[in-house]
Amino acid sequence: MALLQISEPGQAPDPHQRRIAVGIDLGTTHSLVASVRNGVAECLPDDKGQVILPSVVRYLPGQGRQIGQEAVANAAQDPENTLASVKRFMGRSLSDIAHPEKLPYKFAQPEGASAKGMLSIQTVQGDKSPVEVSAEILATLRYRAEDTFNDDLHGAVITVPAYFDDAQRQATKDAAQMAGINVLRLINEPTAAAIAYGLDNASEGIYAVFDLGGGTFDISILRLTRGVFEVMATGGDSALGGDDYDHALADAALASMGLSDMQAGLSAEDKTRLKAAARAAKEALTNSPDVSLVWTHASQSHEVKLTRVQFNEATSALTARCMSAVKKALRDAKIKAEDIQGVVMVGGSTRMPQVQEAVAVFFGKPPLNNLNPDEVVALGAAIQANQLAGNDSAGDLLLLDVIPLSLGIETMGGLVERIIPRNQTIPTAMAQDFTTYQDGQTALALHVLQGERDLVVDCRSLARFELRGIPPMAAGAARIRVTFTVDADGLLSVAAKEQISGVEAKIDVKPSYGLSDDQIAKMLQDSFTTAEVDMKARALVEARVDGDRMLLATQSALHADGQLLSAADRAQIDSLMLALRQTVDSSQDAQAVEDATQALAQATEAFAAERMNHSIQKALSGQNIQSL
Amino acid sequence: MISLQASDFELFGLPTAFELDRSQIDLQWKSLQREAHPDRFASEGAAAQRIAMQWSVRINEAYNRLKDPLKRAAYLCELNGAAVNAENNTNMPSAFLMQQMEWREALDDCKALKANDAKDEALEKLLDEVDGSHAQALKQIAKLIDVEHNFPAAVGQVRALMFIEKFAQEVQHQLDASS
Repeated sequence: MALLQISEPGQAPDPHQRRIAVGIDLGTTHSLVASVRNGVAECLPDDKGQVILPSVVRYLPGQGRQIGQEAVANAAQDPENTLASVKRFMGRSLSDIAHPEKLPYKFAQPEGASAKGMLSIQTVQGDKSPVEVSAEILATLRYRAEDTFNDDLHGAVITVPAYFDDAQRQATKDAAQMAGINVLRLINEPTAAAIAYGLDNASEGIYAVFDLGGGTFDISILRLTRGVFEVMATGGDSALGGDDYDHALADAALASMGLSDMQAGLSAEDKTRLKAAARAAKEALTNSPDVSLVWTHASQSHEVKLTRVQFNEATSALTARCMSAVKKALRDAKIKAEDIQGVVMVGGSTRMPQVQEAVAVFFGKPPLNNLNPDEVVALGAAIQANQLAGNDSAGDLLLLDVIPLSLGIETMGGLVERIIPRNQTIPTAMAQDFTTYQDGQTALALHVLQGERDLVVDCRSLARFELRGIPPMAAGAARIRVTFTVDADGLLSVAAKEQISGVEAKIDVKPSYGLSDDQIAKMLQDSFTTAEVDMKARALVEARVDGDRMLLATQSALHADGQLLSAADRAQIDSLMLALRQTVDSSQDAQAVEDATQALAQATEAFAAERMNHSIQKALSGQNIQSL
Repeated sequence: MISLQASDFELFGLPTAFELDRSQIDLQWKSLQREAHPDRFASEGAAAQRIAMQWSVRINEAYNRLKDPLKRAAYLCELNGAAVNAENNTNMPSAFLMQQMEWREALDDCKALKANDAKDEALEKLLDEVDGSHAQALKQIAKLIDVEHNFPAAVGQVRALMFIEKFAQEVQHQLDASS
């Protein structure tokens, strides 16, 4: 048995000490947090032993909040202040919500935001954006993890539906930032599920992950080879889930009662109760061929018998929508249904027999249900988080994921010119040249869009920005190169440069749909995380954490590849590390700590480049040896 | 020492040639990403992550070009001083243009068919024919580039292949829409 190591008192422990890293599944109906402990990923329970946290936040008069089960228990009394399923509103404006009148909330457009900005919901504590509500849920999970390990959280991998667009991803990342969570990576839910499944079953080959959750549907086609999870194509519908099956069954029940005409006149509470009854009936129909649904309306009790056959008919259009997304993903992956080795079922809604059957018929084989569909996404995220945090040095997991929707620019006539087509492996950068339309034109308005349709009005508007100061030239003479860069989180930034004059403009696609930094700063000030904490003290703490992180990273890098450095370069880095160590430990000035961190970052840049070169060379020579 | 400016072939440690083993390209892509992907540097400083991002993007760019025979052929022509210039140069031999016109007429005839089964069958038949021409063009390109090193002639075939692929996409689109 290996001897366990203990560090000297007061000394910084080994840079390879365990960092607390978790995976978080931020779901429409419920959320989970998981971590790798003793080499096994497991979901972390709360103090009552529950791993599932309902994604529900209730705002109380004054200051308090109830989150999770407690909020659900009180939802009936206070529907307006009990916010559920806010994931469906992330990065969405009021005009994006199909039936706001069907929901018990009072929606609002935030002050100063455009009509296309993210919606907010009026509560007893003022307007709340979906980002703030999600931040409450994330913070609850963060505290759960910190209590479990009795240590600060190093970072988290947070999952998003594969079909989330840039605005929805950015909103999710903003929520994590508000909850004080260092986001190691955003990963796609089906990819996370594939990690958990693939590693558990030592699978190789091409797999489909069919993920039908409460509010979203994703289909991903992945190739699994020796620890590499390569997404070949992804598709889905970010507004199709179990909720829609509930609505369809509720409508069918009303029809059976002969009350279809009343639909429009129902109060919010009637609808909430009807939907709850439909949901219970749906769940019962998973195990029995018929069920009786009871609904009290206007002090009259209505009872109706619903059969599975009726349910299947009422929802066949929804199931067909799932299957047509599956076909499209297979076409994009350039493979046929029979090439798929197995179909992994994820999400509570895949328990419905009609969904199981549609999948079995289409793929010609029974789907794989040997995972807990509620937990598998969080478990996969935890495995990835553990590796990203550097806890698993032997881990050789590699995710090669794709962007789900094409990205482009508006051109003359309201058309979209695609710059990055969907299903490109990320990170990626692609460029296209554009030119001016009129003689002497000195500015160019760039409108960034996401979607598969050809017309601007049919795509999602992500951002607008301008390139100014182009020297006057004849129409068509300027060469404006627009470069789209999508990082490993799937987030876009756009740069435009006039090639002749060198005039440049850049934007991280954020302000128009996500939140601006100012908005976040304001919300942070308002929110619980900083209510009692002095902003200055917080800045210092954050700067110190960053400084520590930089020191640890540099130490790891020197440990691994220190021999690549000349004696002089090594001496410079050592002295800057010492300076940063002292500043972090003794300075009360956040700026000084940041400056020292920055100095070390700059000095190690060339070293980082050298290390990368070395690694690439290693990959190439390894290959050459293999092919000999 | 390999750099970001190296050619796609150098970066992947493969011979600068048209005929390549696809499984070899895939294998190299994964082993390079294993070293360079930003995930490997998630717990390191901003500089390391920025460099990883640059390399990872460059490796994906090269992979996209190498794995696609049309893009690979166009890239080889450009490396050898024969630019494809698809937008500015649409000069094609008249025999090729005649065949394109025949295909377009055939596609219009397919679209006019009412019965779905008959339409699908006609579209599939057309697609088979287009695929045949596609395979032939690839063979030509392989010969012109790898054996004869005749890049100006290869450029002509690359342009023809672009037309063929575009047309095949339209036929596929019709098939998708009807089924």
